[in-house]
Amino acid sequence: MSLIAAPGQTVGPFFHLGLPYDGDRDLVPPGSPGSVALRGHVFDGAGDPVQDALVEIWQARPDGTIPRSPGSLRRDGWTFTGFGRASTGRDGQYAFSTLVPGPAEPGRPAFFAVTVFARGLLNRLFTRAYVPGDAGALAADPLLAALSAERRQTLIAARDERGLLFDIHLQGAHETVFLRYPSGDPA
Amino acid sequence: MSSTVTSALDLEPQSLISSEIAAIESGYRRAGARETQPRLDYPPYRSSRLRHPGNDLFEVDPEAIERAAPCFGHRDVDPLDADLTIGHPGEPIGERITVAGRVVGGDGRPVRGQLVEIWQANAAGRYAHQRDQHPAPLDPNFTGTGRCLTDGDGWYRFQTIKPGPYPWRNHVNAWRPAHLHFSVFGTCFTQRLVTQMYFPGDPLVALDPICQSIVDDRARGRLVAVYDHSLTSHEWATGYRWDIVLAGARETPVEPGDAA
Repeated sequence: MSLIAAPGQTVGPFFHLGLPYDGDRDLVPPGSPGSVALRGHVFDGAGDPVQDALVEIWQARPDGTIPRSPGSLRRDGWTFTGFGRASTGRDGQYAFSTLVPGPAEPGRPAFFAVTVFARGLLNRLFTRAYVPGDAGALAADPLLAALSAERRQTLIAARDERGLLFDIHLQGAHETVFLRYPSGDPA
Repeated sequence: MSSTVTSALDLEPQSLISSEIAAIESGYRRAGARETQPRLDYPPYRSSRLRHPGNDLFEVDPEAIERAAPCFGHRDVDPLDADLTIGHPGEPIGERITVAGRVVGGDGRPVRGQLVEIWQANAAGRYAHQRDQHPAPLDPNFTGTGRCLTDGDGWYRFQTIKPGPYPWRNHVNAWRPAHLHFSVFGTCFTQRLVTQMYFPGDPLVALDPICQSIVDDRARGRLVAVYDHSLTSHEWATGYRWDIVLAGARETPVEPGDAA
């Protein structure tokens, strides 16, 4: 049996009413041992920051294991749930406090699974923010290897003194590579 | 009427938006390839112009992390969060409704114990949100947000009031049909869905570019709830049923505790 999935719709301008919550972007307390910032801007096709976007991440632990613990909505400060949600501010920037994921599959480079929502964006977009550094694993990754050098760079986070930087361009010359997964559904 | 028009001098008329909608739909019918999701590039929804990718989505096989999903549990969600009519000093104004349905994967199997979030306007069509400038009354007894976990058979259930339609500035005299925003998680990251549920028989659906961005009318119909008298409760609330199918889970979902 294969049922056809419900269509998506935009989150609209009022998602702040329902989706953000206290602690949503802090997968670990900021400044705690091992914590890093994962942050960036969301830009539109004119290069302007998107003030009403929402970014979600889902990730493995540093040892590559996949969290199975509830508690993302009411964090206890100790349990790493692997899920976070951050709305962009007036400057179009989002920021998470989290841990650097390890590879969830041996030999593959580690990445954050990322979902992007915004007013004006009719369906959510999926992408990956790869952790920089492991040149061999990044070069061997089937997705990255299938992309031009320029497009590949849109999926690899940059590192700075505070952690990782990952800008998301919805459209334009620097457009991020957005993903679809085979599901059996047309389009 | 004239005051509406002068306050919207830069905006285009519904007739132009409707003719664009009709042209896209007839192009879709001529092409003959079935679509089930909204177009990302849909010019009648003016805000999408700079916010849709120009490249096609790149198809990739999901990796381990994408075949799993975040877990939510009873520590995350209070059962009272599913009743949007409580938590305030008095009763909200409006038509009290029950909205319920099942969340299933493309294989028809229920999505159990997973998070469903909703947000909505009040009965007057006003959101309790600072960016909503629609001069309709706020209701001190209604915030318009709810959460619940699906049960062992995939059922969610909310108690709320029927939202009103509201105007927006896509074009002159643009009105969104009454809707509930839904945010749903599946058993895989790849099933993540944010969408809107509409009410049966709403004449605004045909005029609304957000609804019509789903160019296939059967696909659009998947977002419309049905009135269900078995969900209606005696002297209390009318009932609407809306089932949610998430994208096909080709992979076997991993139950909590199975992972290393």
